[in-house]
Amino acid sequence: MKKTYKIDVDCANCANKMEAAARRTGGVREATVNFMTLKMIVEFEDGAEPGEVMKAVRKNCRKVEDGCEVFI
Amino acid sequence: MSRKQKIMLVRILAAAAMLIGFYFVPLLGWPRFFLYLIPYLVIGYDILIKALKGIRNRQVFDENFLMAVATVGAIALAIYEQSGDYTEAIAVMLFYQVGEWFQSYAVGKSRRNISDLMDIRPDYANVERDGVLERTDPDEVEIGSLIVVQPGEKVPIDGVVLEGTSSLNTSALTGESMPRDVAAGDEIISGCINLTGVLRIRTTKEFGESTVSKILDLVENASSRKSRSEDFISRFARVYTPAVCAAALALAVLPPLARMGLMGLPAQWHVWIYRALTFLVISCPCALVISIPLSFFAGIGGASRAGVLVKGSNYLETLSQVRTVVFDKTGTLTQGVFEVNGIHHNELEDARLLEYAALAESASSHPISRSIRKAYGKEIDRSRVADIREISGNGVMARVDGIQVAAGNHKLMEQLGIPYIPCHLVGTIIHMAIDGKYAGHIVISDVVKPHSGEAVRALKKAGIRRTVMLTGDAGQVAEQVASSLGIDEVYSELLPAGKVEKVEELIRAKGAKEKLAFVGDGINDAPVLGRADIGIAMGAMGSDAAIEAADVVLMDDDPLKIAGAIRISRRCLRIVYQNIVFAIGVKLICLALGALGFANMWLAIFADVGVMILAVLNAMRALLVGKREQGRSAGPAAAD
Repeated sequence: MKKTYKIDVDCANCANKMEAAARRTGGVREATVNFMTLKMIVEFEDGAEPGEVMKAVRKNCRKVEDGCEVFI
Repeated sequence: MSRKQKIMLVRILAAAAMLIGFYFVPLLGWPRFFLYLIPYLVIGYDILIKALKGIRNRQVFDENFLMAVATVGAIALAIYEQSGDYTEAIAVMLFYQVGEWFQSYAVGKSRRNISDLMDIRPDYANVERDGVLERTDPDEVEIGSLIVVQPGEKVPIDGVVLEGTSSLNTSALTGESMPRDVAAGDEIISGCINLTGVLRIRTTKEFGESTVSKILDLVENASSRKSRSEDFISRFARVYTPAVCAAALALAVLPPLARMGLMGLPAQWHVWIYRALTFLVISCPCALVISIPLSFFAGIGGASRAGVLVKGSNYLETLSQVRTVVFDKTGTLTQGVFEVNGIHHNELEDARLLEYAALAESASSHPISRSIRKAYGKEIDRSRVADIREISGNGVMARVDGIQVAAGNHKLMEQLGIPYIPCHLVGTIIHMAIDGKYAGHIVISDVVKPHSGEAVRALKKAGIRRTVMLTGDAGQVAEQVASSLGIDEVYSELLPAGKVEKVEELIRAKGAKEKLAFVGDGINDAPVLGRADIGIAMGAMGSDAAIEAADVVLMDDDPLKIAGAIRISRRCLRIVYQNIVFAIGVKLICLALGALGFANMWLAIFADVGVMILAVLNAMRALLVGKREQGRSAGPAAAD
């Protein structure tokens, strides 16, 4: 399952870090962050609960880039 | 400017003003330190806070942390050396913030630019219910509703015109500046702007399925598919910062130790620590990381203005490497509609012969009959025709104005025992016999698009080495079309599966770095579009299949756009490579100069911010690629 989320982040390198952080999160098969359109496209593992996974994604993203936001 | 940007600008100006003002304040020692602490904190407090948070989250390679270390280190050195030179640390922070501010401003601006460019989203639809017009959200309009579009309004939903004639401005969709005329019965595509008359339209799709929604969706998500250059840069960024930091640490520790241990010289710790701090200032890969996706984003945006929709940065990259272009014939190089192409050996005037043919064929719905009636172009008076007899597979016989007319192929002529003259042209030949005598023949064939020949020449000029045409048609027809257009190779009488095989064969035959593009109209050739390195579909206005299957979508069906699309991609990629080489090059030079002690922090931060500003400005240039292409298609190209 693939879903797109709006995000907010200030710099391009931070967006790359968020992408890496999202990919590391459990339940995420693939994640792409598009800095130019401020979107995160997440493909979930089968059986993963998107709401829960995204909370973990947001937490991991905050760790690498404090000022970021993922609108779940 | 957003609120955040305004606040930042005020902080930058305040810190800069203080820095200049304090130059004239004759304070020394600790009072001087505390005085200079004010502008330092004004400009850098958020970075210091973020750096502390970074330490808590174990993010040592966070650029905030590195900037904090570099500037705090510089201040500490100034205290240690009792030089009182705090301006350097403040300036580093100041210019870093200027760079960040500029970056966020430029990115915001290009985001807005591109959304303006794709300003095709309709805000409302005028739905007619029981004769009353009602303004509704396009999302809520059901299929089969009646909508009215006034002059100046956007067509909100795909549909069929019921009433009214008008011209449409399709330039936002196709990049084509010539207005398109529509009348009752025509299909109409959302996103066009109605220019002259009021149109009543019956919708055939929901808003979400309409052309305008599909295009917006495609463009907005295009830059999510990342190119190899972008992947390279994010991998580079991941390695670059730790590598520079490690080098900085080595620079701070190893030379002094070597001087002490091996050479017996004084260690000069402060010199080497200063050089190491200079390294940290250049450690942020920002210029690269921002300018590459920005170039692609701007390039894709610029291309869409020229009517070329590219589905991802990776496709833009592949497109720039195309050296072989394979065309489908029907609908791509030719119109895919049959037209009267010639009238020969006639005993009567062309118009009279055509009139007889049109009247005789008036009852038939065969595409050939339709094309004859179209060529005739006038209203057909059925009362002049009597005794129509269709001779299946061969033609028709009828009595027109009381005269016996036969129109059909050579078999019909043989059947009637009328001697006929075979035609040297390729196509469908309609022989005519009037009153039992041979009266000439009409040639009907698929017509080559007006720009096809020019398109092939433009591709050659753009460096395409090999042009190939694939078709299901008979060999003779294919050869003739190919040679008239200057295409290198032809493969005819192919079934759809055969086209896929041919494309695979051609892919194997070319070099690994050269890419193959297949151009089709999206009808029946989806598998081939998928198999080629890059699939280009044309004439996509209204064809969902083409938008789905292709990687690059040309909004109108002008083959000249193919060369245009390749040129756009090349220009965009050139900007990308310029930025990569320029940014990495300047950084390496600064690192080398810093290590040797030729560069101080001032130079380092100037180089870093300067590179970023130039790279971002260069990236914004990609937005213009489409504009130039648009000018080209509207301009003298048509006269060529």
